[in-house]
Amino acid sequence: MKRQLPFLLVFLFGAFMVFQYYVPHESSEFVYEFLLDWVMIIGIFALALGIWSLYTVSVDKIRHKKENWAYSYVTLIGLFIMVVLGFTYKVGDSWGFYSVFVISLMTLLGFLIQTSVSKDKGLWLGLSGLSLVVALGIAFTDDSWGIAFMTSEGLSNTMFTNFADFVLTPILATMFSLLAFFIASAAYRAFRARNILATLLLIAAIIVMLRFNPYMPFGLPEYMAKTSNWLMNVPNLAAQRAIVIGIGLGIVATSLKVILGIERGYMGKG
Amino acid sequence: MEFTDFLWMTCGIFLTLATFSFLYKDNPFYKFAEHLVVGVSAGFFVIILWHNTLVPNLFQKLEDGDWYMLWLNSSEWWYIIPALLGVLMWTRFSKEYSWVSRWPMGLYIGISTGIAIPLEMANRVNKQLHAMMVEIDWANFFGADGFDLLSTTSGLAQLIIFLGTVAGLIYFFFSKEHKGVFGGVAKFGIWILMIGFGASFGYTVMARVSLFINRMQDTKAWGLEAFNANDIANPNYGSQYQIVFWALTLFVVGYIVKEIMQHLKSKNA
Repeated sequence: MKRQLPFLLVFLFGAFMVFQYYVPHESSEFVYEFLLDWVMIIGIFALALGIWSLYTVSVDKIRHKKENWAYSYVTLIGLFIMVVLGFTYKVGDSWGFYSVFVISLMTLLGFLIQTSVSKDKGLWLGLSGLSLVVALGIAFTDDSWGIAFMTSEGLSNTMFTNFADFVLTPILATMFSLLAFFIASAAYRAFRARNILATLLLIAAIIVMLRFNPYMPFGLPEYMAKTSNWLMNVPNLAAQRAIVIGIGLGIVATSLKVILGIERGYMGKG
Repeated sequence: MEFTDFLWMTCGIFLTLATFSFLYKDNPFYKFAEHLVVGVSAGFFVIILWHNTLVPNLFQKLEDGDWYMLWLNSSEWWYIIPALLGVLMWTRFSKEYSWVSRWPMGLYIGISTGIAIPLEMANRVNKQLHAMMVEIDWANFFGADGFDLLSTTSGLAQLIIFLGTVAGLIYFFFSKEHKGVFGGVAKFGIWILMIGFGASFGYTVMARVSLFINRMQDTKAWGLEAFNANDIANPNYGSQYQIVFWALTLFVVGYIVKEIMQHLKSKNA
């Protein structure tokens, strides 16, 4: 029951999904769409596991005052503020006491964490209750904004979009651009022309990188652009194609091993 | 641009500088940005998945039912089953009942792998093989417009793509020793792969550089906005814009000076 039933489920649903792909009937299409919905729903519930894990790891860091523990508050506040903003929206022309509501929820979060980590639980629990009362009081009396779980008004909440545009995007873009520096220094160490293969790699990389350089003389930019275009569309295409075919065959082989119960690592121990 | 928008822009610039400060060394500002992005991105995806996936695929299907009937009177009541299976996933938190989470996991993996096999074969393997097996254009072997070795549509390019793909696949075939003709083809395969990796590497670096340029352009735009020096004058402009600009600039310069002083102090000690 503990192990056999999951294996049976994997085999039955896996074999069925492979089979239905080759059945050209609308009922087959319906079952496909239906089970795809199931997978999405189960997957989202699994996301809660990840969020809970993030929360417990952060609280654990705070509780045991591990290295850089104070930054865990930043993570938790970032997480919860986005969730609060994503479920709320503006109704009238002004936000009313919305900012007080958000701050009281964030203080509630902080006090709850303190309750779980502190010895003086009564004080922090009392403060948590106070924050909750303030938040609920504003939520029930302030009509200038609303809470929406079932409709997507929260996605157009300007505070939510501002957090995405001015917090998330700049940091992610900067982190990716940081990699340009690290890649360049790693490339210097890794791609020295020690043998013919490393030299091929180096030359191809340099030509592609110089593609947009406008400062080269004697019509070289045009020649570089053409060579780079050829590199990307001929040898690179061949290499990528070989890799993609390899990946595809690898996924098929691994999936077959999973369906047939040869690969069982995903079940864990016990 | 209104002042609140400018404050948001300043926040973005501060976080950009905080992240770039990692090039110098790991420091509190970088740690702040790093921890913030973990939380904010997790929260962002929770909301996106909730509104765009869970609501249309679950809640809207059950909306004609009643909660006190556990949505069993809904016209599509069977959508309760994946929700229940999803909830069963949470038994992972329990040491005693964590085995129950294997049921939804089994269903999830069964459906996913079952979908993957035909789709991967169709979309990756068959499509790529089909694209590879084009008839070689022998009439325009060196390009349609005369002799052009760098033409991407010539018969020569088609031949290189075909042979390169076959040779690349042979290089990844380890069940036979790479010796003789087989070894020679495998060697050609690794040459093609290395040129491909080099080109991909160069392309990735350029993509990252363009992101860097974008961050610098944003920083420049913020500076111009602070002094109302953009092409279109800001009707809401006031001294508060410059105050914010100088506050952030002083903050950054102050940190740099502090680091230099600290460095000199440790050098002299």
